[in-house]
Amino acid sequence: MYFRQLWTIAAKDLRSEWRTREAVNASLAFSITILVLFSIAFDPDNPDIKADLLSAGLLWMVYSFAAALALSRTFARELQNDCLDALLAAPIPASALYLGKLLGNFILLLAIEVISLGAFSFLYNVKVAAHFWQLLLTIALGTWAMAAMGTFFSALTVNLRLRELMLPVFIYPALVPALLASISLTDGLLHGIPLSVNDGAVKILVSFDIIFTSLAVLLIDIVLVG
Amino acid sequence: MREPIKYLLAVVSLGLALWVVYLIATTLPLEVVNVGAYQNIYFHVGSFATAFSGFFLGLAASLLYLKTGNFKYDSFAAGVNEIALLFATVGLAMGSIWGRYAWGIWWDWDPRLTSMLLCWLVYAGYLMMRGSVDEPSTRARLSAVLSIFGCLLVGFVYKSIDWFRTQHPPAVFAFRGGGGMGPGMDYPIMIAWGSTLCLGILLAMVRMEQAEMSREIDALRREVHTY
Amino acid sequence: MNEAALEVSGVWKYYGDFPALRDIAFRVIPGSTVALLGRNGAGKTTLLRILAGLSKPSRGSVTINGMSVREEATRRRIGVLGHGISLYDELSAAENLSLFAKLYGIANPAKRVDEMLERTGLDRVRDGLAREFSRGMRQRLAVARVFLHDPEILILDEPFTALDDRAIAVLQALLNDMRARGRTIVMSTHQLREALELATHVAMIQRGQIVYAGERKQEMIDDTGWLYRTYGES
Repeated sequence: MYFRQLWTIAAKDLRSEWRTREAVNASLAFSITILVLFSIAFDPDNPDIKADLLSAGLLWMVYSFAAALALSRTFARELQNDCLDALLAAPIPASALYLGKLLGNFILLLAIEVISLGAFSFLYNVKVAAHFWQLLLTIALGTWAMAAMGTFFSALTVNLRLRELMLPVFIYPALVPALLASISLTDGLLHGIPLSVNDGAVKILVSFDIIFTSLAVLLIDIVLVG
Repeated sequence: MREPIKYLLAVVSLGLALWVVYLIATTLPLEVVNVGAYQNIYFHVGSFATAFSGFFLGLAASLLYLKTGNFKYDSFAAGVNEIALLFATVGLAMGSIWGRYAWGIWWDWDPRLTSMLLCWLVYAGYLMMRGSVDEPSTRARLSAVLSIFGCLLVGFVYKSIDWFRTQHPPAVFAFRGGGGMGPGMDYPIMIAWGSTLCLGILLAMVRMEQAEMSREIDALRREVHTY
Repeated sequence: MNEAALEVSGVWKYYGDFPALRDIAFRVIPGSTVALLGRNGAGKTTLLRILAGLSKPSRGSVTINGMSVREEATRRRIGVLGHGISLYDELSAAENLSLFAKLYGIANPAKRVDEMLERTGLDRVRDGLAREFSRGMRQRLAVARVFLHDPEILILDEPFTALDDRAIAVLQALLNDMRARGRTIVMSTHQLREALELATHVAMIQRGQIVYAGERKQEMIDDTGWLYRTYGES
């Protein structure tokens, strides 16, 4: 029952998104724009700049900005037509609501990021074929962190006056450990170092995901209903 | 009852601070750069120690608020977190100025500074959030959640940044943040911490009273507007 | 006995230091229809949100047959209609209802959805997106959602406000059906006449306190100002 409800929420979010394609279009457009801006900021053709040292960091910068954009409306859009009240009145635990939205956002972000990865690799001539599946795994773990924190803070900021402005204030500091680990792993993978060597970073990323998702699940009821 | 305590704290704080200055001036070797060094170790570290004490107290108060629903805990948490943030700011500023003076740099990305800056950002966000919710119950509830989240996050951040920097050789400055303490320096640190702590408690008390009063005014305003 | 008795005891709700609700206590007899009256700002919506499990009281409890309304099993038995439509614009009528059918754990969701669409006269537009509906159609869809899981207790916040004629007719038909089957209804309203005609009991709230809770009296229907004059402040 719990998982059925969870999946119902995720499916609803994904279906809504597919119909309107608001978040996807905006996020993708934003990603490409940032990639272009980076080329202006850093001049990848300049031989003095070791562009390949920056790649992993740039990629995750693109991902975080695009994610914050896509995630900001997750709970906010339930306020329209008072849908949030109907969801809270329904016999679904707040944690199922949270995890359902988290799952939907995770899938959405992953789709956006895979496309961005393609664009990134194309625009900056970055070879991603080596350890490709490990790269995808890393991206998935990092994306889980972004989706988990983004969904949680979206729920928290739904009560605030300046809701869309406040989300980045909370989400970026909260993601620092996950981003640090993800960037380190991605950097390693792009230079041919597999995950098994960098296992410290893997542990940090996985433990971040587990600890902070659990914390969010524990606190979400207080945040939404109180 | 409150007024005498506040005066007492002010006096104690000032007294302890002067004592530390006296110790610096008389018992420890005096060189131009080292004056800055001592100020840094004692008051700068003291500031951070008080800041962290504040954040932990804020966490405890937040948990108590969630358990009991008593708004006094929320006022306390708000006051303590805000003052702790103030001390963190002062600590960062002092360290930065000294760094510029001693080594020519304003900032360094070593583990402690980076995590301190992040901690600062988290609690600055906490204050921003409090500012954007009018309704006291919602504000208290969300503050409590952020406080719990913030503390855990700061702990995790410190551990993970520390781990990462051990992988890549850090920059030169291992002295920053407490390395290189010589003998006879322990007890002035405790006194300096005592000084900043008293000042912190005093300011937190003032802030807490303000929060209580503001809540009372809010209730009165609601009553007038509703009926 | 499967009748659900709604019990409110010692409920206080504070916003900071301000008591929006003070020591609310009453019991709703199973099968009755309660009209909750009161001026704007008296606390009707606050109380109804607590009854529906959307908000936690600062003190006291709301239970149905001894179980708190904050538990999922209890929420399954309640149907709530608030001020908003609570529908997703980008989903179709059938998809909207199907979503809630699944959340409420209804045994055969597709069948029930079809049934409700028919009863509210929306079966021909079942695949139309909610945002394309006229206002009256959206209201009827909202009503369909409330009755979808056949709740034992209905909590309605000013249901007749802002409904068009057809929607009112649909709602009244469904409410009459509920009453005939012995279900319980708690509704707040400004439309005194419509409410009092349906109600078996009346509760009046003023400045966060219940000033009257009892059976509907004849005087209330004959003279709609009677209640406010007798029990309220002028």
